[in-house]
Amino acid sequence: MNHASVRAALATASAALLLTSCSLTGGSEPSGTASDAGGAGSSGTTSGGTVVLATHESFHLPKKLIKDFEEQSGYTLEVRAAGDAGTLATKLSLTADNPTADASYGIDNTFASRPLGEGAFAEVTPSATPPEQYALDEGADRLVPIDSASVCVNVDTDWFDAEGLTPPRTLDDLTDPAYADLLVTPGASTSSTGMAFFLATVAAYGDDWQGYWTDLVGNGAKVVDGWEDAYYGDFTAGSKTGTRPIVVSYDSSPAFTVKGGRTTTAALLDTCFRQVEYAGVLAGADNPEGAAALVDWMLSDEVQSALPESMYVYPVMPGASVPDDWAQFAPQPTDPYEVSPAEITANREQWLTEWTDVVSR
Amino acid sequence: MRRIAGLLLLAAGPVLVLGVLFVLPVSGMVGEGFLTDGRFTPGAVLEVLARPRVHRVAWFTLWTSAVATLLAVVLGLPAAYALHRLALPGRAAVRAALLVPFVLPTVVVGVAFRQLLGEGGPLGGLGLDGTPAAIVCGLVFFNVAVVVRTVGVAWESLDPRPGQAAAALGASPSQVLRTVTLPALRPAIVGAASIVFLFCATAFGIVLTLGGVRHATIETEIYLLTTTVFDLRAASALSVLQIVAVVALLALAARLRAVPDPTAQRAVAPARAVRRGDTAVVLATLVVLGAMLLPIVTLVLGSLSVGEGWGLANYRALTTVGDDQALVVPVTAALLTSLRTAVDATWMALLVGVTVSLIVTRRSHSVAERRVRSTLDGFFMLPLGVSAVTLGFGFLITLDRPPLDLRDSPLLVPMAQALVALPLVVRTLTPVLGGIDDRQRQAAASLGASPWRTLLTVDLPVVWKPVLAASGFAFAASLGEFGATSFLARDDTPTLPVVIFRLLGHPGEMNYGMALAASVVLAGTTALVVLAVERLRVPGVGAF
Repeated sequence: MNHASVRAALATASAALLLTSCSLTGGSEPSGTASDAGGAGSSGTTSGGTVVLATHESFHLPKKLIKDFEEQSGYTLEVRAAGDAGTLATKLSLTADNPTADASYGIDNTFASRPLGEGAFAEVTPSATPPEQYALDEGADRLVPIDSASVCVNVDTDWFDAEGLTPPRTLDDLTDPAYADLLVTPGASTSSTGMAFFLATVAAYGDDWQGYWTDLVGNGAKVVDGWEDAYYGDFTAGSKTGTRPIVVSYDSSPAFTVKGGRTTTAALLDTCFRQVEYAGVLAGADNPEGAAALVDWMLSDEVQSALPESMYVYPVMPGASVPDDWAQFAPQPTDPYEVSPAEITANREQWLTEWTDVVSR
Repeated sequence: MRRIAGLLLLAAGPVLVLGVLFVLPVSGMVGEGFLTDGRFTPGAVLEVLARPRVHRVAWFTLWTSAVATLLAVVLGLPAAYALHRLALPGRAAVRAALLVPFVLPTVVVGVAFRQLLGEGGPLGGLGLDGTPAAIVCGLVFFNVAVVVRTVGVAWESLDPRPGQAAAALGASPSQVLRTVTLPALRPAIVGAASIVFLFCATAFGIVLTLGGVRHATIETEIYLLTTTVFDLRAASALSVLQIVAVVALLALAARLRAVPDPTAQRAVAPARAVRRGDTAVVLATLVVLGAMLLPIVTLVLGSLSVGEGWGLANYRALTTVGDDQALVVPVTAALLTSLRTAVDATWMALLVGVTVSLIVTRRSHSVAERRVRSTLDGFFMLPLGVSAVTLGFGFLITLDRPPLDLRDSPLLVPMAQALVALPLVVRTLTPVLGGIDDRQRQAAASLGASPWRTLLTVDLPVVWKPVLAASGFAFAASLGEFGATSFLARDDTPTLPVVIFRLLGHPGEMNYGMALAASVVLAGTTALVVLAVERLRVPGVGAF
């Protein structure tokens, strides 16, 4: 930095200070975590300092749990949630040498390779060990599995009953002319849900996935932007004006269409791709101990049992409890499709280019 | 030379703000793509520009934006006239309501449009869903308000007497329009069109939602390349392409805006009663309003739909955190955050915007001075034309070390919103300020008035109303801003559009209904605040 830019920087910093002193936003700033800690802190605070968690916009845990964590550990938790998983991965990769946070949660198996490759994560040994089936092949010493959610094709069973049609069961069935013009899916290039479904087809058909997608589009599959467009815009069970009874959604989705003691939709468990979300300590964190404590906390029984209701995902720890509706109406797939993170990273760009060509033909 | 030095000194503050908050982050992020293993490799970036896909994307962006801009201007002009010059009943309310599309979150509008145009919707038969035509419709829907407002404000303060004189000398109404009115409005029209074009060219959510995955624009492609594919080199190449195109456009707009003699007699003319000759204009306005109303009606109906019947349950739920606790804070709390942030963003945008407008509209005494002023003018339009993704990630990698560690400052959100609102303020004020005859100021000065007094007695009476209009505009832009905000907003204090997006992303019928209800509340609040702002009177100034 030369002299002029240092001066410029100082001037801006002082301008920012000036703004803080008289702005509404600045004035209300010492709320949230800081004052929460002040209220609860007198008994439990043991000078742990602040631990900052970088995560995606879907992050959510009950306030009470966070308060308990702060009281028991002595740390003040500051959550910075913004953007989707892809944005988070890019953010962590770009700031690998100077992270904005201490820990991160929300990198999934489709994006894990990128921040790992940029050296964004430090090694961590959690106090509890999640089941082996969720661990990454590479980077298991740095990314700790927290939860999983499978992307599965969902069907509106009420619609199929009313039409007297047997619902499809497999990926192959979706190209059957009997189900022409009934499927809607978010795009692989614009939605992580769409990407997961695409990966299921890659795992199922290998190099011939292009042939499958050509048939799928030929059979009238509709490709839209995001999950909410597909589910709330086109799916018959999600939208009053929807016309398509088959949608790409999640294994847990049928738990949200429960009416009068039964669900009106079903997830096709032979069509699933499993997304696993991880937490980790960031390399170069200001507070690595706090970050490690946070990762341990995410594996605790309280947090694991809160995950389904808070973030619509299944906990990875076997002892955690899931809601009754989930246990009853939203079973998990036992043998989902898999593609390794390294393979995803190596091929993502080429796959997306080819996929876009296929669906926009 | 001394004048130019003085000019630059005056401009130093705003330029510095934009330099730190815009130029630095964008160049940081673009620079990231130019480096391969720490070496400067521009060749690799240029190769990206030769890809056929890049050409396709660039061409698609260009033509959809151009068509949407043209339509917005053609549809906006009659409405600007009718709502700002004619004494139509309820015109103030309609003017405020016109800003509603501007603040609605694109995801919500996208869903509303798709309920209209989708396979099962009332307009499904047109087969527009997922076509470029749907994208253009969406872009026009969002941007007509820009034309109505910027042109309307200039039209309102245009002295009607030259037109009347022409008519008295035998000119037909269309001749008056062609030879007197439109030339006087040209700076405002070109200014509005350039803003609309930039908004269209950098539109993001609406292109994805309405176009599906088939149609990519430069903006959506930059997002894809940065966050999904992590090909920063290609993203940089597209950012550079975007910046070059925007600069060229702004240069062109500056030429078109320039009129031989920008001075026009300014007076806030009283609105005139509607006559029979106005039928066509009024009809055209009604058609535009009707078309804009359709998606909004869909939205309101959706928000009132509960289960199989109708009710207010979605609205009552706004004080809660949603089905299965989808939210961290209730919608009502998010609304308060939004309003607070918008107040901050508005005064920031006004502070910088008024200064910039005053600087760029003062009469130049030399060619060099005029060049400096017009360069400054264009410089402050740039934030509209550059990808929010590039800017957002640029913030992270450049403003990350003391003394400039702004990454986590709570002021970053209003600052980012002010950057978006700034060009709206400048484009609303400059046509009016530029029209003030400099001789009035000289006369005031030679009679002994200080520069401040000159400003108060010459500039303020003409400009106070446009300033109010600009603040309403800035406020609305800030309330509706989503791209930069979602990137920067903190989890414990999300704004309303961020909360709406969150609700839409979660399953559960109630969450969807709440998202629609929250959008209606956002729209209603905006209309009310804008209406209230425009009713403000500056004592002693507005009374003439």
